[in-house]
Amino acid sequence: MNQASRKYFKLALIASAVSVLSASAHAHRTWLLPSATVLSGKEQWVTVDAAVSNDLFYFEHNPLQLDNLSVVAPDGSSVAPENMAKGKYRNTFDVKIGQPGTYKIMVLNQGVFANYKLDGQTKRWRGKPEQIKTDIPANATDVKISEVQGRIETFVTSGKPSDGVLKPTGVGLEMVPVTHPNNLIAGEKATFRLLLDGQPAAGQSIEIVPGGIRYRDKLNDMKATTDESGTFSVTWPAPGMYWMNSSIQDNKSRIENATRRAGYTTTIEVLAP
Amino acid sequence: MRLLISTALTTLVAGSALAGETIIGIDIPRLNVVEYHKPYVAFWLESADGSKVVNLAVWYDTKLKDNEGTKWLKDMRQWWRRTGRELTMPTDGLSSPTRPPGTHQVVFDSNAAPLKELVPGNYQLVIEAAREVGGRELLRVPFEWPPKAPVSLDVKGENEINGVTLKLTP
Repeated sequence: MNQASRKYFKLALIASAVSVLSASAHAHRTWLLPSATVLSGKEQWVTVDAAVSNDLFYFEHNPLQLDNLSVVAPDGSSVAPENMAKGKYRNTFDVKIGQPGTYKIMVLNQGVFANYKLDGQTKRWRGKPEQIKTDIPANATDVKISEVQGRIETFVTSGKPSDGVLKPTGVGLEMVPVTHPNNLIAGEKATFRLLLDGQPAAGQSIEIVPGGIRYRDKLNDMKATTDESGTFSVTWPAPGMYWMNSSIQDNKSRIENATRRAGYTTTIEVLAP
Repeated sequence: MRLLISTALTTLVAGSALAGETIIGIDIPRLNVVEYHKPYVAFWLESADGSKVVNLAVWYDTKLKDNEGTKWLKDMRQWWRRTGRELTMPTDGLSSPTRPPGTHQVVFDSNAAPLKELVPGNYQLVIEAAREVGGRELLRVPFEWPPKAPVSLDVKGENEINGVTLKLTP
């Protein structure tokens, strides 16, 4: 290998490493897409699509599994999703909006993943924290355990927006709106806070991508970083649906010797002024 | 107290507002479309800095069963955000049925609610129209309150409203 080709090889290695990193961070966006976010009238319905895709908001890869779906009404009660249907590219369900105020629709994925070596072979495992000791053999080596806390949310408001469903749970990465998520207008600035385990998530980066990717050349994504109080702001360039995501990897897992990956994703609608 | 005057009667008083009268005129266009629904229209006042909002009138489909016409109130999206979402419809003295194409007037007594409570200053009359399977338009008419002399203000629209007039008489 001469000097030039060696340099090229090195560059190629760096490039592939970078692409692997960015692929793990950005490959396949998960989302819930409600048919409407601002409603009037006393009894309405929204239908919601749940999918995993590259482009927003198109069904072109996989449905988002809804085993961990829940819907919270303005009064804090739980609402059963109806007409659940499973598709090749997306799953759907309907939510009856029978109360005035803000509903939260969320998929909370919590689980544990592990890689380990047994008799020279690499094994993969997923399950619950209490199963680790029984499921992973004692003679396993190179055990890598990671806990996942993924939160995917969207909000729908009938009448006047309310705050009841916006309280954080204190687990994983969560968004606490300063600006109500159903009160977003193009040209205006909106402010949100990110919390990690209930504490301000400082220095956390957020990616915001407008929908409609198929019909433009550039991603037009916006980046934001939270300040000391976990707060960040965004000024909406245009009306439409936006996908907002942030994730973090750390060692603050409740499980011994495990890493933790916490993610927050929300779909929010920005209306025309 | 608010009076609604029919088109026929309106032509008699047009341009000749009585003392202490505030007259809002709206010209709803006749549109050559396959599916026509009469527009929802909201009339309200905003103080110059937008901090104060006074509702004047809301025209929506009050005739549907179970008050189902409220489903499209949010299409008057600026009104909905400013004040509509805080209200319960129908509201006495505020809401009434939609109107057909043509000119219509809404007349207010300046010495009665809600105008009587208006603090002197600069305001905007805001009129927002939204039509099912159609478009939406919002017009603003800036004015000073109370009027020192008779004033007649005109603002032209483009699509969903031909024009709006505001006549103020001291």
